[in-house]
Amino acid sequence: MTDVVEFDDALDRYDPVMGLEVHVELNTVSKMFCGCSTEFGAEPNTQTCPVCLGLPGSMPVANAKAIESAIRIGLALNCSIAEWCRFARKNYFYPDMPKNYQISQYDEPIAFDGWIDLDVDGETIRVEIERAHMEEDTGKSTHRGGATGRIHGADYSLLDYNRCGVPLIEIVTKPIEGMGERAPAVAKAYVEAIRELMKALDVSDARMERGNVRCDANVSLRPDPGAEFGTRTETKNVNSLRSVEGAVRHEIMRQAAVLDAGGTILQETRHWHEDTQSTTSGRPKETAEDYRYFPEPDLVPVAPSRDWVEELRASLPEPPAQRRARLADVWGFSEREFGDVVAAGALDLIDETVAAGCTPQSARKWWLSELARRANEAGVSLTELAVTPAQVAEVQALVDAGTINDKLARQVFDGVLAGEGHPAEVVEKRGLVVVSDDGALSAAVDAAIAANPDVADKIRAGKVQAAGALIGAVMKEMRGQADAGRVRELILAKLA
Amino acid sequence: MSRDILRANAHELARQIAAGERSSEEITRAHLDQIAAVDGAVHSFLHIESDRALEAARRVDAKRAAGETLGPLAGVPLALKDVFTMTGAPTTAGSKMLEGWVSPYNATVTQRLLDADIVILGKTNLDEFAMGSSTENSAYGPTRNPWDLDRTPGGSGGGSAAALAAFEAPLAIGSDTGGSIRQPGSFTGTVGIKPTYGGTSRYGQIALASSLDQPGPCTRSVLDAALLHQVIGGHDPLDATSIDAPVPDIVGAARSGDIRGMRVGVVKELGGEGYAPGVEQRFRETVALLESLGAEIVEVSCPHFDYAMAAYYLILPAEASSNLARFDAMRYGLRVGDDGARSTEEVMAMTRGAGFGEEVKRRIIIGTYALSAGYYDAYYGSAQKIRTLIARDFRAAFEQADVLVSPSTPTTAFRIGERIDDPLAMYMNDLCTTPSNLAGNASASFPVGLSPDDNMPVGFHVMAPAMADDRLYRVGAALERSLETTWGGSLLERIPTLEGSFA
Repeated sequence: MTDVVEFDDALDRYDPVMGLEVHVELNTVSKMFCGCSTEFGAEPNTQTCPVCLGLPGSMPVANAKAIESAIRIGLALNCSIAEWCRFARKNYFYPDMPKNYQISQYDEPIAFDGWIDLDVDGETIRVEIERAHMEEDTGKSTHRGGATGRIHGADYSLLDYNRCGVPLIEIVTKPIEGMGERAPAVAKAYVEAIRELMKALDVSDARMERGNVRCDANVSLRPDPGAEFGTRTETKNVNSLRSVEGAVRHEIMRQAAVLDAGGTILQETRHWHEDTQSTTSGRPKETAEDYRYFPEPDLVPVAPSRDWVEELRASLPEPPAQRRARLADVWGFSEREFGDVVAAGALDLIDETVAAGCTPQSARKWWLSELARRANEAGVSLTELAVTPAQVAEVQALVDAGTINDKLARQVFDGVLAGEGHPAEVVEKRGLVVVSDDGALSAAVDAAIAANPDVADKIRAGKVQAAGALIGAVMKEMRGQADAGRVRELILAKLA
Repeated sequence: MSRDILRANAHELARQIAAGERSSEEITRAHLDQIAAVDGAVHSFLHIESDRALEAARRVDAKRAAGETLGPLAGVPLALKDVFTMTGAPTTAGSKMLEGWVSPYNATVTQRLLDADIVILGKTNLDEFAMGSSTENSAYGPTRNPWDLDRTPGGSGGGSAAALAAFEAPLAIGSDTGGSIRQPGSFTGTVGIKPTYGGTSRYGQIALASSLDQPGPCTRSVLDAALLHQVIGGHDPLDATSIDAPVPDIVGAARSGDIRGMRVGVVKELGGEGYAPGVEQRFRETVALLESLGAEIVEVSCPHFDYAMAAYYLILPAEASSNLARFDAMRYGLRVGDDGARSTEEVMAMTRGAGFGEEVKRRIIIGTYALSAGYYDAYYGSAQKIRTLIARDFRAAFEQADVLVSPSTPTTAFRIGERIDDPLAMYMNDLCTTPSNLAGNASASFPVGLSPDDNMPVGFHVMAPAMADDRLYRVGAALERSLETTWGGSLLERIPTLEGSFA
């Protein structure tokens, strides 16, 4: 592991500057330049055609939906949208890029000069956006036989071109200066905000663990805020929020150590290692790579009409930060409660549940406890769980009506998740109705008292809180269908 | 009998098939026999699809027997330049790099030919990746000019043009990047059309220079060219540069041939020094003929045409260097040096070293250089500016004239080997044809007789604005009608008989 200096010490002596490049994989149904499916997880090389395989004679045709998404992203990032722009060829050799050039945009990006506001520890920080441009993703290589899983030392490599040609938007910031010790936190907040924005725009699944959102973090150090930028390193493909923060933090500490020792920073790409929370050297970039860009002659220029751009602007959703602030206010959650909701990815679900007639607190309770637990057990996200916000609202309505109680509600969710129908149907089918009729409850209460004489004695002696154990016993007997309040009343009446 | 079949025009053969006078199978067989007889000497074809051709012919005959209405060229055989993909048949682009490669998909041109019931006989020879002006750069050996087997048929579409002149096929498809349809047409006494850029689909045409390439018809008569152009032309959603508008009425224009009142502009810069006297003579006679047919002759100046060759030979290699980057031995085609001990890079380098010919390597190196960061502005950038100026020259000239004319090539067909070691002399053949590719407009070469210098065919070059392809056909038809009356038949009637030929 490279020598590092303490983070605080590094910040005492150096001023970090960051540049963040975030690649966002769009969720279009088809690829950027052909009609192939972009569905995740298919058998390798089953979603390919002559175009995305770069076969001789094949030609790209730009995906209109991807261009629309690019414009919406640009607008949401407060960018100007180009009136006329082109695709360019970026020529370089890479095993998983079958044409040996990538269709990208060079000096004519579709969106440029924007900004996004971040909330970092309660303070608003504006990050300026240089550009957002369109390009195609590459395929995926798997290197076998080597110890590291990298191409070096591998016996052979496997190539999967399913991802080849999936539309990407690359969002590039202007240099982010003056963040000081907050630099790692700002990097994390930035990627988080981009991710949230992509979800709000519904242009990407924005799942970092699947590589839908990947960040290249450029970091350099300089002695003072006024000084020229130092040499930067680019840590590639960092794909979790925690890693983005860690990578920036580690590069600051590592570069400081090099500079302290009188060394120079090499301009290079670096790889992030989650396990050691450190970066290692990748490809040296001492001589700038010559991509021999030129306008892609197989595609026509993109010239979005101003009317269309304005139409897209008008249809943008409320910005996530603004929406969060509004919802927090309306729902009246504490800051911590609200933070948990966001962290669990339940904001939209709760919003929809409330819209379906549930109170915010009840909606929050169901999604963050009962349903979060089930999602966790099933290894899926909340949104992937087979229960809709409307169904959650319906369950709560049944509870409010006294038809079921919270305990029975769990069984109702069991039924819904098992595909037995909507909540009322499950209640019907499973016969899950609360029993509050004294006649039916009385015998169970008597039996519970008889079975737990010592508890009964305690209650008789005035320890009313001990009633819980007897209520539990009755509930068990009644398979959860007893009206707990009525049971309590009966118990206390019988032992008075 | 066979001679009649082989000498007939495609539209005449189609009429006979539709009328039940002859079967497509008989016609197809006659051409396959002619290929067997003469192709050893001419070498038009790289690959012959006898079985599939006969099967396709029989399908057409069955359709006719069933009373189905046939398309205007249904059942007529065709030679396809081996730069268009066709499933089940090899596509080599004249390169060792693609030897044995069978495409899993059809080019749009191929698909449209098949859909029109045209019988594809096989794939024709070309300069490797369509780079060349003589078909001597084919990795599979040169094609010879049927007029004189010691001469080249031109390039890169020498195979397609020679197939027409050797009566091996009445129809052929070529691709024109800087003159690869028109120059071989000129050298072989046949008709070659470069449609408006975007007028025919490039999808499935192995790319040389994407902004210049254009598929087009090669035929022995103007009406045949129009009918074939109609089949392959029109919008293709698989080609983003394809024009989404109907093909102009080219067939009507080819049938009419009326050029009365048409303003014909003689381009001052395309003539004079460096043009063979016999070529100049036939050109002047043809201009006079057009005038006698009612056209108005004007002289126009296109000053930037002088720089067209320079711009062309920067843009073409730049795009080609990028287009050919995919030939890396990894997924298809040739692979050299893969012995388990060499790295990917070594295998790639060895394959390219062995697989690409000299001319291809030359252009890849020039193109890579022209695009490199330090030289982009000086070379590629400047070339693009010249391109804009040439397009402006055309616009100005088309305000004065409906069509522009010049000789198709400065000389008639040269001898095999004569220029192979002098790339610049070879490049000069494309002097008259490259401006059209740079501007993206339509142009054609029509046969206008033999040069008194050497008795080799001379081509007449006609250029029209983009999407005005019909004007080419109008001029071509007028010339053809008038000249054939004078000559007493097609120019090809005067071609020397080939050894073993039925023709």
